[in-house]
Amino acid sequence: MARIDLVDLAHSYRGNFAAPESFALKPVTMTWRQGGAYALLGPSGCGKTTLLNLISGIVTPSRGKILFDGVDITPLSTQKRNLAQVFEFPVIYDTMTVGQNLAFPLKNRGVPKAEIDARVAEIARLLDLAPWLNRKATRLTADAKQKISLGRGLVRSDVAAVLFDEPLTVIDPELKWQLRSKLKALHRDLDLTMIYVTHDQTEALTFADTVVVMHDGRVVQSGTPAELFEKPAHTFVGYFIGSPGMNIVPAEVRGREARIDGHTIRLDRNYDGLPPGARIEIGVRPEFVDVEAPGSGLLSATIERIDDLGRVRFARVRIGDAKFAARVPPGFSLDGNEAGLRFDSSRVHVYADSLLVEGK
Amino acid sequence: MHSIPGRRIILSLFLIFLLLPIYWLVNMSFKTNTEIVTTMTLWPHEPTLANYIHIFTDESWYSGYINSLKYVVINTVLSISFALPAAYAFSRYRFLGDKHLFFWLLSNRMAPPAVFALPFFNLYSALNLFDTPWAVALAHCLFNVPLAVWILEGFVSSVPREIDETAFLDGYSFPRFFVKILVPLIASGIGVAAFFCFMFSWVELLLARTLTSVNAKPIAATMTRTVSAAGVDWGLLAAAGVLTIIPGALVIWFVRNYIARGFALGRV
Amino acid sequence: MDKTVNHKAWFLVLPVFLIVAFSAVLPLMTVVNYSIQDTFGNNQFFWNGVGWFKELLDPTTDLGERFFASLWRNLFFSAIILAIEVPLGIVVALSMPREGWRVAACLVIMALPLLIPWNVVGTIWQIFGRPDIGLMGYTLNSIGLDYNYVSNEFDAWATIIVMDVWHWTSLVALLCYAGLKSIPDAYYQAAQIDGASRWAVFTAIQLPKMNRVLLIAVLLRFMDSFMIYTEPFVVTGGGPGNSTTFISIELVKIALGQFDLGKAAALSLVYNLIILIVCWVFYTVMTNAGAERAPEKGVA
Repeated sequence: MARIDLVDLAHSYRGNFAAPESFALKPVTMTWRQGGAYALLGPSGCGKTTLLNLISGIVTPSRGKILFDGVDITPLSTQKRNLAQVFEFPVIYDTMTVGQNLAFPLKNRGVPKAEIDARVAEIARLLDLAPWLNRKATRLTADAKQKISLGRGLVRSDVAAVLFDEPLTVIDPELKWQLRSKLKALHRDLDLTMIYVTHDQTEALTFADTVVVMHDGRVVQSGTPAELFEKPAHTFVGYFIGSPGMNIVPAEVRGREARIDGHTIRLDRNYDGLPPGARIEIGVRPEFVDVEAPGSGLLSATIERIDDLGRVRFARVRIGDAKFAARVPPGFSLDGNEAGLRFDSSRVHVYADSLLVEGK
Repeated sequence: MHSIPGRRIILSLFLIFLLLPIYWLVNMSFKTNTEIVTTMTLWPHEPTLANYIHIFTDESWYSGYINSLKYVVINTVLSISFALPAAYAFSRYRFLGDKHLFFWLLSNRMAPPAVFALPFFNLYSALNLFDTPWAVALAHCLFNVPLAVWILEGFVSSVPREIDETAFLDGYSFPRFFVKILVPLIASGIGVAAFFCFMFSWVELLLARTLTSVNAKPIAATMTRTVSAAGVDWGLLAAAGVLTIIPGALVIWFVRNYIARGFALGRV
Repeated sequence: MDKTVNHKAWFLVLPVFLIVAFSAVLPLMTVVNYSIQDTFGNNQFFWNGVGWFKELLDPTTDLGERFFASLWRNLFFSAIILAIEVPLGIVVALSMPREGWRVAACLVIMALPLLIPWNVVGTIWQIFGRPDIGLMGYTLNSIGLDYNYVSNEFDAWATIIVMDVWHWTSLVALLCYAGLKSIPDAYYQAAQIDGASRWAVFTAIQLPKMNRVLLIAVLLRFMDSFMIYTEPFVVTGGGPGNSTTFISIELVKIALGQFDLGKAAALSLVYNLIILIVCWVFYTVMTNAGAERAPEKGVA
């Protein structure tokens, strides 16, 4: 159990003197508190696995430091870092039974037998593996094997953190959901720091209290799921999180007004003093734009099609050249395809060169 | 993590152990018989090419190489072309007696050549194939065809079955699918199988010597000629030995990047 | 992957079946034919029933004595070379460099002995071990050991064993190396994180993952050492005395040397049967090992 500090941490697979733009992980400084559940979220190649491997010690950083509870552990080997890790594919020791597999990390560290037995029994109970403790682990199904991998990660109570590297990739969708809620429950019960790498936003948002979104080797935002949803700090976060993603359209912003293709949208805050020459965009989630019948004070738009997602309906609309998604309120129907859009002005954000600008 | 403490020393010692006897053979092949018999020298003090010149100018010597290569090549081609369809069948289908057949095939790979020496002699004499490369090539099929089936089966199984199905849906006939799609996909597997066929046909001698007398005599059998009433012509023997190592070394060099995969037989 | 049942697949297997049957069944039938007959030469044969087999399996007769002597000798030889080559092969495989040109270089050197014709292997060691002109024989004698593989039984055995180790350890090592290469990195990382010692990594990961190739290696090495002929024949000719006369050497002596066809045929059949049985045991073990890997349904 430990607080983890990353201090100016960066890595390039091409060596220390590579161009900064080619770094697989660009310099990052952040703190993860003890007992937190963190998710590293991003598309493949965004640097999340690199970051995880730096923390676990499989990769040595090109620069920067990693501190566990204030102690610099960068030069330490994986073994000495006292971590647990669960990999994408189940790692099972073929010749051992389920119980021996779970006991392996403890046995290697010379934990007394009674303590091992107690701990293994507890983890097996939490993961519903108890009936199979004496079975050969090779003969189980993929998700049972992955549970054993999870179990081996969780069995030590003194670990600094448990790392998960896309652990649910090989699991069937329905079991995925079960295992995920299991993990969440385990996190509450065991009081461990957990770091979970995934490209799946649902997994990240349901598992973690803090989601770290990565893009192109950079941490673009770190925050609670609600923060990521309501106030994306970077246009990429807007796109990547939510379904459909945030509407991001180029706009001219002056004071409390944004203009798109001759239409004006009112803003809650004042945006005077935007950096000159920057690419200015506004972003608003489809959930905060309602489709209504055309009327005064509404932005007029052309509806191209309506997607019914079951719980909600979203309309794909067009304002001049800009494409938009907007919520269709329940029970609403429309003649023709001309409609008006009502914006929740407190939810409209302004971005300069993809970064969020705080209004006054 | 793969490595163990002291690995460099272990590996170096092992490689030296492998190379030393070969070096000694090469060393001797460049010496005159006088030097070999009278002094113990770690390298040739009076290096000579006489032994090699002797071999390359004497037809009965170099025709031995040609004979050996003939039956090795015939055997490799035969083994692979017979084994390919069978490997496909074993990999994709279940049929009457498949498992027993597979075991029976493999058991032939393990059959001792000494058992077959005499019956083969009778069989190929009766067929008028005695003392031709064909006799040796066919005899070596006994162990090379099962081996090729085994290796190729592993490689065919690593090709997803969907590829076959798609090809048949696209209207490919079976032979066309086989030649145009499957064979290119398992090209490296065919290379590996060919390597093993070449290897076992090249190194086997008991059958090769039994089934030939003059016209198709393999090089390795020709080497016994160095023993005469006047004793052994060590230099010539060593030179002939060195020359038999060269084809193997060349083949290894060409497949060096596939050796690891090859020894996994496509199925670890 | 479930295979579809298709008996027409036999047509694809037929060529292989025919060529192997032609090479294996026809000769074996001749052998069976010989094994139950006797001859006084001049191509006249008469019925001898199981007479040859009785003689062969009865250690008090000359044939039986020679058979059992060479059988035990051969089994002893196989046991020794397995005990040396398998552990040594594993150690060498574990010592292989990870990547770069060194791997290719090691592989090429290691594969070299495998592609040398077997009688040349014999020749190399015949020369290498000679006390007068061979580096090994000369060195051993000059440091005071009275080494001579032609006259001393122990030396002859030692030479043949060292030769076999030289010839075949690479095969075991290459098979193991291929097995090791197929282990995903995640296993090593997981073991490191689990705090496994070097020895635990070996026993918990590497050995189990290699078990299949090891089985193949043991099978091949056992079989090939059990039918070894050319190399010892070149080096020692079966001597001194009969001390290195293995079954194949005995068989060829009887068949082609004395032209005692009946005895040779009976010996061939028993020899072949032993090999078939061992082969079958291995095959069954291997198929079962494969089945064990498939996941059981209904366990989650």
